[in-house]
Amino acid sequence: MNATTSHDVAVIGGGLVGSAIAWGLAKAGQRVAVLDEGDIAWRASRGNFALVWVQSKGLGMPQYAGWTVRSSNAWGGFAEALKAQTGLDVCHQRPGGFHLALSERELEQREAMLKRLHNQPAMQRYDWEIVDRERLRRMLPQIGPEVVGASYCPLDGHVNSLRLLRALHVGMRQLGVAYLPNHAVDAIAWRDGEFTIQSSGGAVRSGKLVLAAGNGNARLGPMVGLAVPVRPQRGQIVVTERTAPFLNYPVVTVRQTDEGGVMLGDSLEEAGFDATVGTGVVSAIADRAVRMFPLLARLNVVRTWAALRVMTPDGFPIYDHSATCPGAFVATCHSGVTLAANHALALAPLIAEGRLPPEQLEVFSARRFDVPAAA
Amino acid sequence: MSGTADLRDSYDVAVIGAGPAGMVAAAICAGAGLSTVLLDEQAAPGGQIYRAVGETPVRRPAVLGNDYWHGERLVRALRASTAHYVPGATVWSLSREREIGVSIAGGARLVQARRVIIATGALERPFPIPGWTLPGVMTAGAAQILLKSSGMIPQGRTVLAGSGPLLWLLAWQYLNAGAKLDAILDTTPRANRKAAWPHAAAFLLSPYFRKGLRLLLSVRRRVRVVAEVGDLRAEGEGKLQTVAYRVGDGVETRLSADILLLHQGVVPNVNLAMSVGIAHRWDEDQLCWTPVVDGFGGTAVDGVAIAGDGAGIAGAWAAEERGKLAALAAVRALKPDARREQLPDEMQVRLALAQVERGRLFLDRLYRPADRFRLPEGDTLVCRCEEVSARQIVETVALGCTGPNQMKAFLRCGMGPCQGRLCGLTVTELIARARGVSPAEVGRYRLRPPVKPITLGELAVLPKSEAAIKAVVRG
Amino acid sequence: MFRRLPDAGEARLAVTIDGKPARARAGDSVAATLLAAGVDHCRTTPVSGAPRAPYCMMGVCFECLVTIDGVGNRQGCMVPVEDGMAIEIQHGRREIER
Repeated sequence: MNATTSHDVAVIGGGLVGSAIAWGLAKAGQRVAVLDEGDIAWRASRGNFALVWVQSKGLGMPQYAGWTVRSSNAWGGFAEALKAQTGLDVCHQRPGGFHLALSERELEQREAMLKRLHNQPAMQRYDWEIVDRERLRRMLPQIGPEVVGASYCPLDGHVNSLRLLRALHVGMRQLGVAYLPNHAVDAIAWRDGEFTIQSSGGAVRSGKLVLAAGNGNARLGPMVGLAVPVRPQRGQIVVTERTAPFLNYPVVTVRQTDEGGVMLGDSLEEAGFDATVGTGVVSAIADRAVRMFPLLARLNVVRTWAALRVMTPDGFPIYDHSATCPGAFVATCHSGVTLAANHALALAPLIAEGRLPPEQLEVFSARRFDVPAAA
Repeated sequence: MSGTADLRDSYDVAVIGAGPAGMVAAAICAGAGLSTVLLDEQAAPGGQIYRAVGETPVRRPAVLGNDYWHGERLVRALRASTAHYVPGATVWSLSREREIGVSIAGGARLVQARRVIIATGALERPFPIPGWTLPGVMTAGAAQILLKSSGMIPQGRTVLAGSGPLLWLLAWQYLNAGAKLDAILDTTPRANRKAAWPHAAAFLLSPYFRKGLRLLLSVRRRVRVVAEVGDLRAEGEGKLQTVAYRVGDGVETRLSADILLLHQGVVPNVNLAMSVGIAHRWDEDQLCWTPVVDGFGGTAVDGVAIAGDGAGIAGAWAAEERGKLAALAAVRALKPDARREQLPDEMQVRLALAQVERGRLFLDRLYRPADRFRLPEGDTLVCRCEEVSARQIVETVALGCTGPNQMKAFLRCGMGPCQGRLCGLTVTELIARARGVSPAEVGRYRLRPPVKPITLGELAVLPKSEAAIKAVVRG
Repeated sequence: MFRRLPDAGEARLAVTIDGKPARARAGDSVAATLLAAGVDHCRTTPVSGAPRAPYCMMGVCFECLVTIDGVGNRQGCMVPVEDGMAIEIQHGRREIER
């Protein structure tokens, strides 16, 4: 790609956030380039748990709950559109999902947290409930004796997130997006309304710019007048061999994939840029999973991995438009699967128009972190 | 079989794998007074080269040949040592702090070692031809294991195909045992002879030369050998029925067959070494990943060394010498006051190693597998576990996928239970060719523990810190 | 497909393969037992249902996965055969109960 080619938009990052936005931009008629790193990179998109999840999100920012519900509702149509275009079925399912409690105390804490969440002013109403053990057993017959109950939300679901990434890449290709791997970005300059991006694969020019580089946004943001305070948070995941279907609902830390493997998650660890798998954490994951579903003890583990979430100080997404370099946007979150439908169908058209309407998205600006701490 | 209860929490030295390198290394470390454990997945010591050497049902020594029986001496030395030899022990993880995860008879535990010597040997290079997943098609190494450990030989129409010393050795052993072979289809490209020729002088001085030549001539006298086979397919409904081949680009010949035994060399078994973060380089001579080691097998991971074919293919005799060197380094580090007479002399070991490594380049060049048999096309399966074809790989490169890890995410190749052991090299080489870059630039699958399956139940009961437990509990 | 050498010792162990009685030799693996018994394939794949048989015999290829004594997906080449073992062909994905 030589520097004389100019695109309407350059998206930095070819993971789920960047791909969904690029796909949506191309659908909106933009000429798009996606700059990505190579085969080895910090890719949350290859390491996520693949839930499309609503329950428990948004305590402290009810608008985030609303944004999540919106994406969850849009997901079915999004999956259909991808299948119609690419022939790839991302296996989106929304049977509702559970969060299991292994003690009365865990269940009480869970219920209290969900009540706080839903009692927030401006919180969008949606169904959720606490399910006792007896009812739970009818829906999840394999639960173990330690499971006392669960929270349930009918909006929850899951998807094949690796196939989602592939479908977005196939879709981008079909829509004429220029996907540029091995283009790790070194510098970005803005002049006369145009961005020039220097990368390991050469220079790329564009009229607009979207930073969707996950934890890399912290470094890239300041180049275009955006503060993006994100940090890595490690999560480890375990997956078993393929097993005949037995689990009809996703549980927040246990789900059976369409291929049959059982994914078990996941840890929350502050470990910096270190994606090493640790036997202790993996064992703790296995222990909780086996207490939830004792039959899992027989299954063979085929893989474990660690990936790095992209975390902001309050855990909510950042969507921002640069004040000093108009046309530069940032989109970053740790829910690239759940929010993919929004990123493709809602956010991308706004970026194509060149502005983020404050009434919708102001709350997600990183300016929320500028407020000085109360004395 | 003993369980994990017999293991201690920690050892001075843990050796993983009881082939020639592992047996020798364990015996030396134990002899120097270091507490030593030798963990091996098989039921008996010997590795694959000396598989079942202590208990093979093949009674006539002439069937398997003298080189095989040499393994008995190594087993005796191991048994006579104080090394704690643990059969049936599957090592599924190794951390940078040298904590080893091991399963025995369905129970897992962690063992700590001050030094670890990885001696996990080699495995056969993938041979991805059309039909290689059909029942009736197996590797020559597998067939040899059946002979050594069970005294079993083929029944029915049997074809050997491929290239390399093991193919000829198996044929020779089979003929000794009274098996009937229908054909050997030699896939060695003619051009290899020219490439190997400059290294022939070194090979003439190798101990492998005379033996190899005698064996080769003996087999050629008794079996139909088809040279320069340039195309090979296995066909059948539900199982192998026909082997189809071409000599060069000539007309296709079809043979009815019940058994097809494939082989095109061996490559290091790298999964454990890669999972602990040891650097590997692309070896253009041997067309595989080889760990970066020093003259004693030491790696950049503190206290972890690799000995034997796992450190680069050099054969069983070299494995013994490399086992000695890795053991010497361990003893010098942990017991500097060990008496010299208890240890092998480094100079002698290095001389012996040089002698047995002589001519390796000749063998590498002569038996370098043809591109055609490493780089499949079309519907030929690359990943046997997840059934991913060569065409899918190539099409996904066109999508912008630059390496095996993204490929794995897109197509699931390498995600099955074999964890990429049978597709990793092929995927890397296919991507490299499609992109027009070197395999080194393409890279390899990132591997993580467990490198062997372990049940969730086994995993769940391992010790864990409060911090680890807290990291997975959600409010 | 394979036969035992005359000097290989007697197959004295009694096992079942999909419920049918078969003989095995002490020291053999389950995979060797299946091959000696002339079993065509030991599993069908969870992806396409294609039949597979032991391929590497050394624990690396996972083609010889079978159900042994009610436990699915065990590596037949890594498990020494025992008297009385119930060996079953593995059909596609294992079930969680077995």
